[in-house]
Amino acid sequence: MNLIKLLDSMCPDTNSAEDKDRFYSRRDAFRQFGDFSKKVAMAAVPLGVLNAIPHVAKADTASLIGVLNYALTLEHLEYRYYQMGLDSGVIEAPERVIFQKIRDHELAHVKFLQEVIGNVLKGTPVAEPGFDFTAGGNFSPFTDYPTFLALSQAFEDTGVRAYKGQAANVKESDVVLTAALSIHSVEARHASMVRRLRTKKGQDTVKGWITNGSIGTLPAATTAIYAGEENLTHAGVNVSTATGIDAAAVSEGWDEPLSKDAVLGIASLFLAS
Amino acid sequence: MKKELIKPQGLVTNANRRQFLRVGTMTVAGAGLLLMGCNDDDDMVPTMPGKVNLGSGDTGILNYAYALEQLEAAFYEEVMKGGYFANASAEEKTIMGDLEKHERAHREFFKAALGTNAIAGLEVDFSSIDFSSRNSVLGAAKTFEDLGVAAYNGAGQYLESADLLLIAGKIVSVEARHAAAIRDLINPGSADFAGDDIIDANGLERTLNFTQVLTAASTYVKTEIDFSSLPS
Repeated sequence: MNLIKLLDSMCPDTNSAEDKDRFYSRRDAFRQFGDFSKKVAMAAVPLGVLNAIPHVAKADTASLIGVLNYALTLEHLEYRYYQMGLDSGVIEAPERVIFQKIRDHELAHVKFLQEVIGNVLKGTPVAEPGFDFTAGGNFSPFTDYPTFLALSQAFEDTGVRAYKGQAANVKESDVVLTAALSIHSVEARHASMVRRLRTKKGQDTVKGWITNGSIGTLPAATTAIYAGEENLTHAGVNVSTATGIDAAAVSEGWDEPLSKDAVLGIASLFLAS
Repeated sequence: MKKELIKPQGLVTNANRRQFLRVGTMTVAGAGLLLMGCNDDDDMVPTMPGKVNLGSGDTGILNYAYALEQLEAAFYEEVMKGGYFANASAEEKTIMGDLEKHERAHREFFKAALGTNAIAGLEVDFSSIDFSSRNSVLGAAKTFEDLGVAAYNGAGQYLESADLLLIAGKIVSVEARHAAAIRDLINPGSADFAGDDIIDANGLERTLNFTQVLTAASTYVKTEIDFSSLPS
């Protein structure tokens, strides 16, 4: 049972009913923190509620911090990219509203992860790395709008795969898993929007979802971002064979994970040396 | 939760499971749980006319997903027979055609993965949707896609199997891609694709629990869904 597993992982030294009650009531309070209906002010909540999760096992904590710092690194990259894009003026006026929204989400993710890592898990959030979004002079995203959009798509689709690849590594903590899933779907919404925008503007023919492992008109350097997306088999079921639905559509219906190493390999192209 | 009907079926039997677990009594769990017991993860699911029981453990969660995918697949099947689709733009025809295939593929996948544990086909009720109206169809599509994302996001924590969690993750991001596209068709070029109505100040998308999701879905489903044995 999940309940038992949770106790094992998060309250190993808690046996009294009172402690368990305290744990669950606070965990529920934390969960509500991710509940949009509460509309809690961001600054006010984390310290008060997140701080209160007691008795997290050390080994699990270290592992969670590692995963969340990896996520934080990616969120730093995304946030900085959109902020620089908005500051540069490269984004066409009618579409600024889209990228302001995406920027806001990425910044919120940075702050949220910093809060969880620092104040809940008592770890040290990674500092923002230095970025080079030209990838050594190969791209000009802040002067060329199609390039800005292309890299945006690449980052969002990578983000979706990166979070998906870590789900199993945070599943011992219901709270962290649920938060990660709730970020993951937001990244997928971003990806869908940017992909369709590029096609509307005549820069590509991609849809909101990923067809086979296709990079469309993105630069060849993005091949690794889509590698494996053509997969048709899940839990041993080849869905195309089982349903007669064409492989392209079946591949679109499932997004695939990426390992941490693969994602960091992609991200490293954009780290300042 | 605007106009989501609450049907007084077996839908809310699960509301206070944590409380009853804590107190150690089963009396508030409702008749469904007493009939089913909660002994293991692989309960066979008895089917009665007009009623399904999702079962318990990971099987129950998969049946929960299967129920939602049935609803979505049935919806898009109807969309493609209706007046809106016949007169839709090329872009919207492509999107609706894709969504119909994706949801049908999801539905058939869950059916195959569940095997003999799969619930029966649900009887749907789309009488509240006007399939000749773009507004009505897109509004319903938005409801279904947003609901699907919130349901998967809320259910992930209850899956025991890491493999199944990954599969749910593979599907939920596609549902989110759908939701964003439908929202953009409704309000093009705006920030609604990831609107503040579903994403909070921390950049986290909403999650919904079993009761919330099945209550919302009950508007469109005639079959009574007993989810009282799902994990909590």
